[in-house]
Amino acid sequence: MSTVREKSNDAMLHPELRAEDDPDAIIRDGRRLDHAEGASKALRARPEPQPRGAKVHGNRPIDQAEAAARFIAAPEHEKMHDERLWDLRQKRDREMHGIPEWEELRSLASAIKEHTLTHLDEYLDQFEANARSNGIHVHWARDGAEHNQIVHGILRDHGAKLLIKSKSMLTEECGFRPYMASVGIEVIETDLGERIQQLDNEDPSHVVVPAVHKLRTDVAEVFARTLGTDPGNSDVHYLAEAQRKATHPLILNADAGMTGCNFAVAETGTFVVCTNEGNADLSANVPKLHIASAGIEKIIPRLDHLAVFVRLLSRSALGSPITQ
Amino acid sequence: MRIGLFIPCYIDAFFPEVGIATLELLERFGHDVEYPHDQTCCGQPMANSGFNAEAAGTEALFVRNFSGFDYVVAPSGSCVHHVRDNFDAIEQTGVVKVVRARTYELVEFLHDIVKVEAFPWARFPHRVGLHNSCGTLRRLKHARPSELHEPFFSKPMDLLSKVEGIEFVQPSRPDECCGFGGTFSVFEEVVSTKMGYDKVRDHAQAGAEYIVSADSSCLMHQQGCAERIGVPMKFIHIAEILNGVSA
Repeated sequence: MSTVREKSNDAMLHPELRAEDDPDAIIRDGRRLDHAEGASKALRARPEPQPRGAKVHGNRPIDQAEAAARFIAAPEHEKMHDERLWDLRQKRDREMHGIPEWEELRSLASAIKEHTLTHLDEYLDQFEANARSNGIHVHWARDGAEHNQIVHGILRDHGAKLLIKSKSMLTEECGFRPYMASVGIEVIETDLGERIQQLDNEDPSHVVVPAVHKLRTDVAEVFARTLGTDPGNSDVHYLAEAQRKATHPLILNADAGMTGCNFAVAETGTFVVCTNEGNADLSANVPKLHIASAGIEKIIPRLDHLAVFVRLLSRSALGSPITQ
Repeated sequence: MRIGLFIPCYIDAFFPEVGIATLELLERFGHDVEYPHDQTCCGQPMANSGFNAEAAGTEALFVRNFSGFDYVVAPSGSCVHHVRDNFDAIEQTGVVKVVRARTYELVEFLHDIVKVEAFPWARFPHRVGLHNSCGTLRRLKHARPSELHEPFFSKPMDLLSKVEGIEFVQPSRPDECCGFGGTFSVFEEVVSTKMGYDKVRDHAQAGAEYIVSADSSCLMHQQGCAERIGVPMKFIHIAEILNGVSA
């Protein structure tokens, strides 16, 4: 049935959107296996320009409907985005079906969060005490501005001028990078998607996959402009390698590293950073100084609870059974 | 049973045949069905848009119209969900609580309360794609949503399966929203219509002649989308099929 649908699927598509036949494609169960991005073909001589993000209008912070209309008006981007996110959903569902106790885990995770959020004061204090006894310095920030000032103070005390960091939505919300730029500290994002967005001076469009709205031709354009790659080459391996080479010396020379925090365990005073690309390991371990930004909602009471969340996390977020 | 027939305002205005089919269907099972003539909108659009207090008048009127029935039945999931789960702009007196608890959506009423075994008058020899409205699916639990790791069930499919000649086709993204979403279709027009286009294409590719749903609002949106992009698709409310409409 799926094979039949695949055929009629193409028949329903606007001719402009139909991907060319690819002799190298891996076909399984009648479906091409490539990632949606890999499956997207250059369909015209000039790549479709990427629609830019939402505009800010007066007291209406983000005109999302207008931005969505512009994105939908770009058929190659819209199609790629739709397929890519549906692909994530399907992968997530496949992982879900591999775990018989999945719904039990979700209910348990929900109950743990609810309990923790109604006892935040106790667990935050417990975490702080245990973290301090592990040799971690704990700072409390009331808002984004205070967060940025605290981090700046730590960097200043260490004479740090170059900071590498992994993806953190908390720091996005704090306006961390613009603040650091204003005080003369260079910040290098090490997550590939986040790095693309940083180089393109654009906010992430998704919390897990920050550059999910970009075609590889968009990335080729950004890297050509910022890293000096060949603008006509949108091969994903070429682009990833160019970025790796450009960023590597910056990582090795960084004065400090920064990560987010996925879980902070109160009973042990430890925190957990999950990373898919291994880049958070570099941010955490290569420089002498590691700063982790954590929202207070990241607390979980016990190490046992971590097992529940870690089983759910990457399966739900990326449809992958494992992450680092 | 004495049933109060609750016909949502947009069905009254745009799809009277759905109201008539619901009435006839309930009467076929021997129920004493009454249509309170003073009924208006239940207040859902106001409450959903953040004007909950402004819905108080319609909620009070609803309770006045529908108190005293054994059941209140409506052919619309979202309106029933509003009455049952969000009807709190007025004081929750005993009467209000009883009316709310007795209000049922047509499919769940037939499936759970009447426990219908057969629709001997119904014959629908067509390929249909079932559209579960997201709200009806998840709030009224009409069926198992595909994102949950739970055993499959589907009340609308159970009922439709008892109709002679019907054939189901499965769209590739069965639970994806059609983009209607009430006021969403007004405030997010472009996203809403794109979702509608995708939805009707998905059903068309699966081979559906009809899209059937327990929610006329979703059908209304998808019908408009199908007409605009020229997808030859027909739309029908589940009440009409179960009542034996000859298509």
